[in-house]
Amino acid sequence: MAIPITYNIRNLRLRLGSTMMTALGIALTVAVAVFIMALLAGLKKAFVSSGDPLNVLVLRKGSQAELQSGVLRDAYGTIRYLPGIAKDKSGEPLASGEVVVVIVIPRKDNTGETNVTVRGMSPTGFELRPNINLVDGRWFSAGQREIVVSKSINKRFRNASIGDELFFGKGKWKVVGVFDAGETAASSEIWADVNQMASDFERTSAFSSVLVHATDPVAAQSLKNRMNDDQRLRLDAYMEPDYYGEQTKSGKPIQFVGTIVAFVMAIGSCFAAMNTMYAAVAYRSREIATLRIVGFSRPSIITSFVIESVLLALLGAALGLLLMLPFNGLTTGTANSLTFSETVFNVRITFAVLMTAVAFAVTMGLFGGIAPAWHASRGEILSALRD
Amino acid sequence: MTLSRFATKNAFRNRRRSLITAISIAFSLLLLTLLMSVYRSFYIDQGPPESALRLVTRHKVSLVFSLPSYYREKIRTIPGVVHISPWNWFGGIYKDEKPDNTFAQFGVDPNEIFEVMKDSRVPPDQLEAFKRDRAGAAVNLALAKKHGWNIGDKVIVKGTIYPINLELNIRAIYDTDNAFDTMLYNTEYLEQAIPRVKGQAGTFYTLVDSPEHTVSVSKSIDEMFANSPQPTKTETEKAFGLSFVAQLGNVKLFILSICGAVVFAILLVSANTMAMSIRERTREVAVLKTLGFRRGTILSIYIGEAVTISLFGGLLGATGATLLMIAASHAPNGTFFRGFQVNVPTYLVSLTVAALVGFLSAVFPSYRASQRNIVDGLRHIG
Repeated sequence: MAIPITYNIRNLRLRLGSTMMTALGIALTVAVAVFIMALLAGLKKAFVSSGDPLNVLVLRKGSQAELQSGVLRDAYGTIRYLPGIAKDKSGEPLASGEVVVVIVIPRKDNTGETNVTVRGMSPTGFELRPNINLVDGRWFSAGQREIVVSKSINKRFRNASIGDELFFGKGKWKVVGVFDAGETAASSEIWADVNQMASDFERTSAFSSVLVHATDPVAAQSLKNRMNDDQRLRLDAYMEPDYYGEQTKSGKPIQFVGTIVAFVMAIGSCFAAMNTMYAAVAYRSREIATLRIVGFSRPSIITSFVIESVLLALLGAALGLLLMLPFNGLTTGTANSLTFSETVFNVRITFAVLMTAVAFAVTMGLFGGIAPAWHASRGEILSALRD
Repeated sequence: MTLSRFATKNAFRNRRRSLITAISIAFSLLLLTLLMSVYRSFYIDQGPPESALRLVTRHKVSLVFSLPSYYREKIRTIPGVVHISPWNWFGGIYKDEKPDNTFAQFGVDPNEIFEVMKDSRVPPDQLEAFKRDRAGAAVNLALAKKHGWNIGDKVIVKGTIYPINLELNIRAIYDTDNAFDTMLYNTEYLEQAIPRVKGQAGTFYTLVDSPEHTVSVSKSIDEMFANSPQPTKTETEKAFGLSFVAQLGNVKLFILSICGAVVFAILLVSANTMAMSIRERTREVAVLKTLGFRRGTILSIYIGEAVTISLFGGLLGATGATLLMIAASHAPNGTFFRGFQVNVPTYLVSLTVAALVGFLSAVFPSYRASQRNIVDGLRHIG
């Protein structure tokens, strides 16, 4: 027969000080793990939600990112008229040649400067990204040295408010608008007129990349294959979601460090839980002996103490999650090794993060609880009663 | 029996509990020591003395843009500049994109680069060979070992930024304390393969004559090109490296907040243990008092006990971290960890933290115990 769980809950309450201290220790470990997982979840979300499955991104063969790539304007002329590309209202193909560069700008919070992507866009480029809206000011005008910045760039960087000027290329560029790109890769970008950019950076003979919109998924696939296979064009075409999906690996440094930190802290917390449970067992040796006499079996005593340890850990997990909740939605950024610029993302405590944190805590509780529980079930009944 | 002996004996009276506490503290301090070493190597260490003499000049707008090659000779005229070489990022792929096969390739001037990198040791005959072969490459020893390269081997690096592959012959293998795997090649190789890059340099790597001149020289360089179409930004090698760390995010805050969490967590663990063991000994305290021991003495006995346990844990943790880092830097791909070795100050700081944690964790419960009424204490049932 199992010992009722209320027994464990009451015991934890009885030794409140000790319980809370151990739980807080576990909470800190869980908090660190949650924070790292939430960072990774946010980063992943930023990349996974970027990219339309009907969009095909075209780069020069061998280059892995837009920044390294160069697609000659002649090739662009050929790409535009490939079959399977959707047409806009006026019958022009939905293909946008874009120029991508990286500039260094200082962060507002004095934590140094970082690389930010500047994208030269054509009107077609906007049509290819229908989910991006202007929230303040206006879009840049063609032929002007004007830029629009994403909401997070506006928030995080100096000189990125409407009316400010940024210096790059051959001179100053005026910020005229702020756009909202949701949680996509574009929310880490600055946009300007493609032709103005091309002349500023002397890239008039080639675009960095070409983005095309296919009529349907089958056409998208065949467009991709066709461009990859054409030996004269020497291009690499990617489905847009795949291209961004690949960049999720920019989370690797965070993941690497985070896993080590969380793991080592977890071992420390396991031992702390073990200590508390050993004390609980020692404190209740007479009680345990009584339980044994009353007829509870050894396995049920082991189970009971392991459950108590897990409950302790769960309390820790709850505290840890509470500690971290205020950070949910926080905007932050990290280096993207592929685009060589900063990717902005939000810290996201998703359901998966929540469940992993709970599982993490339960594991700590299990490891911390098994040895003391075993010890409890092995005590000599008579000598314990005599104590 | 002296008081300190009494404290140590007490510390290991409940051996299992003390050991578990010490292990728990040890793991946390291991982490703390590692984090502090990383922090130190990023933000406090100045690197080898030669590193402080080197400057990196890049395009002011960002590293993506190149500078005209003739800047090199202009920079050379600035007083304090001793040697200067172009330093051009190639960004190629060797075999595949696995981290194991990732290393940096830089286009340099073979005639001058080892004057700039004067702390690297290269055999003179190999350096001569590197200078003579336009398709030559110089690699650091760790990188050569990792891939089993010998002098004369051919290595192909696939271009990503440039539409060509480098087909290089290993001509020199140099030894360096720098942690990054690097392959140097003659920048003329690229210029001849791709005419449009002729006359351009990604960055310049400059050696100045004395540490006092780094600031003035870097200022002079930037002022020299301030009003040109390609303005520059010059930083010390260390600052240039740090700008990459800064891009990862707010690394400083990240490390410090984890350190904070770790310290707080061990404080909780240690305080919990001390509270438990002191509560158990309420009667004992009363007996000690009856024997004539003063409150202050009792207080110091318990604090001494806590400090002993946490220092023991601290020693384990800090020593573990030191050994771990030494092992990591000797691992096949461990060159990266060379910069993060635990040094004596870091080790001592860790031990101090451990001692402080022990002290703080015991103050409150032992103060309470020492203030307790003797008769109540004697009557107390554990």
